Amino acid sequence: MSKRLINLLTPIFAVLLGIILGTIIMLVSGYNPVDAFIALGQGAFGDVYQTGEVVRQVTPYILAGLAVAFAFRVGLFNIGVEGQFIVGWLAAVWVGVTFELPTIIHIPLAILAAMLAGGLWAFIPGLLKARFRVHEVIVTIMMNYIALHVVNYIVNTKMNQGSSKTGKIHETASLRSEWLSNLTTGSSIHWGIIIAIICCFIMWFLLEKTTRGFELRAVGFNQDAAHYAGMSVNKNIILSMVISGCFAGIAGAMEGLGTFGYMAVQGGFTGVGFNGIAVALLGGNTAIGVFFAALLFGILKIGALSMPLAGVPKELVDIIIALIVFFVAASYMIRIVLERFSKKGVK
Amino acid sequence: MKKHKIGMALSLVLAAGTLLGACGKSDDTTKDQAKGGDKEKTTFSVAMVTDVGGVDDKSFNQSAWEGLQGFGKDNGLEKGKGGYDYLQSTSDADYTTNLNTLARQGFNLVYGIGFLMHDAVDGIAKQQPKTNFAIVDDEVKQPNVASVLFKEQEAAFLAGVAAALTTKSNHIGFIGGMEIPVIERFESGFLAGVKAAKPEAKVDVQYSGAFDKAELGQTIASKMYSSGADVVFHAAGATGNGLFKEAGDLKKKDPSREIWAIGVDRDQNDMGPDVVLTSAMKRVDVAVKDLSTKAKDGKFPGGETAIYGLHEDGVGLAPVNSKAPNKDAIDKAVKEWVEKIKSGDVKVPGTRDELKTFSAK
Repeated sequence: MSKRLINLLTPIFAVLLGIILGTIIMLVSGYNPVDAFIALGQGAFGDVYQTGEVVRQVTPYILAGLAVAFAFRVGLFNIGVEGQFIVGWLAAVWVGVTFELPTIIHIPLAILAAMLAGGLWAFIPGLLKARFRVHEVIVTIMMNYIALHVVNYIVNTKMNQGSSKTGKIHETASLRSEWLSNLTTGSSIHWGIIIAIICCFIMWFLLEKTTRGFELRAVGFNQDAAHYAGMSVNKNIILSMVISGCFAGIAGAMEGLGTFGYMAVQGGFTGVGFNGIAVALLGGNTAIGVFFAALLFGILKIGALSMPLAGVPKELVDIIIALIVFFVAASYMIRIVLERFSKKGVK
Repeated sequence: MKKHKIGMALSLVLAAGTLLGACGKSDDTTKDQAKGGDKEKTTFSVAMVTDVGGVDDKSFNQSAWEGLQGFGKDNGLEKGKGGYDYLQSTSDADYTTNLNTLARQGFNLVYGIGFLMHDAVDGIAKQQPKTNFAIVDDEVKQPNVASVLFKEQEAAFLAGVAAALTTKSNHIGFIGGMEIPVIERFESGFLAGVKAAKPEAKVDVQYSGAFDKAELGQTIASKMYSSGADVVFHAAGATGNGLFKEAGDLKKKDPSREIWAIGVDRDQNDMGPDVVLTSAMKRVDVAVKDLSTKAKDGKFPGGETAIYGLHEDGVGLAPVNSKAPNKDAIDKAVKEWVEKIKSGDVKVPGTRDELKTFSAK
């Protein structure tokens, strides 16, 4: 079996194992797994409305996944996607609320602002890592909390339009469209999915087709070798964190310009950034993998919302997701089994 | 490479933590399906969407769900489509989806439980003009939306009186959820109650910033108790569960220590029979039942706002714990204040500004 095939099969097996084990848990705790999965499927694809919601949910997952995956390819763990996501959200809403511009300028400007905010938020841990070797995991976790509370403060005191949230963004900055919404009988789907798909291409192109991407990957494979080959490791570390933060910022812009159209005070982390870690892991840190992993997560999350209607607690889906992540993380196990299997096949 | 692995492990722990976070809740509510049977066949069906606290938050959402279950039982409805049901939200983004899903399932009346759902209810009510909606804790001006508000300050005032009469250290704590108008009403009423009954007692007010973080509630409670507070009141939904945990733990360690916690929304005595002094009840269940009955009889008050206060039995104080040292004095004082509030002699402040000018006669 080729390495490529094994790479492809590992996440698929992880998903299958997660679902099988989830089914066993359902049986043990006295729920009917058939009902549960039918409810899940109905909840995600029951009618076009639900599918529209799935697409809406998938959009930020793709971008958050890309953010984690990009940093990972350069050997960095950007746990701060959540924080970069939140500041990006605020920046996009700020542009959307403050300025009055034609759509063709307004939307790109709002997204650019979100990229800058996310990039800046990731620049700090990148710089600390490059200059002082401070571990980026620690710094990014701290930056998440700073982002959450600073943004809540700004929303509450500077941009509060009553009831702890900002005003609505101008129509010209909105990614929503009547047409898309009517197509899916009134779901909150928006054009952000196109942007997310474009970002997948950008990530793939950047990493695989450019000299800079080669350098970034080289740093990810072996910093010493990259250094010996005359590449600036520090510069690439900072660059990768900033690009990763930009993706996270765009993810925030999707919520600000598409899903909500405003920003409310957050009671806690949204979970998008953390789900991004799982999406990136499952997607094998490749652009295409992230796309499909985000799709799966979106389906599971939206589908799960309807599960209580079938008398099954939706927390079971969280268990299944956790199991999938577990099996991806333990992919070494799956790989060994697959390799054994393929060797036997050769005999 | 070693760093690599540590990072990997850390990130996994984090990812798993957030994913598993939602799994910890017990979900017994789904099991007790109504066995009311078909006393009378009605075509009326009703459902609710919880906010992020979830249906088993031991306070606000749970109270609403109990009201809905009670309504279902009274009318011989069954849990599920065509009867009564609920959906839970895990993030703000889920509100719209959940409300819309229920409207599409053909429920006649759909509740949005909580202030945070204002925009979602507003949007979906326009989209689904044939379904009736109701929002609790906020006002939505639409012909097919009924709004339910409570005078939380009146219940909190009584809780403040009870706290003031119980405290020995003259140090009382208040834990709020998010700083939103609803919780401000609780805070103002509570402070006014303490002031009215014992002006020299001081109240330490802290906000946790969330309604679903029990661990945060416990940290704040721990700080309050260790700094000398002996009665702590919470208006923080599931965050407040940490308060009962902390109070219970302290009591277990040192049974002679006199510490009390005051619950919110429903009678939370079940959270710690030894430490729960009383609860500032906000009868979301009463309002939900009341409104559902009206809607079923074809008298849905669309576009109107119903306000439930002491006078309407929409709020009140739960029975004071029989283990409280001066239960009789508290009961007597509470009764007097109830009379004064009901008769309009005392107007309980609902905002911090009103609190400044409040003086108990």
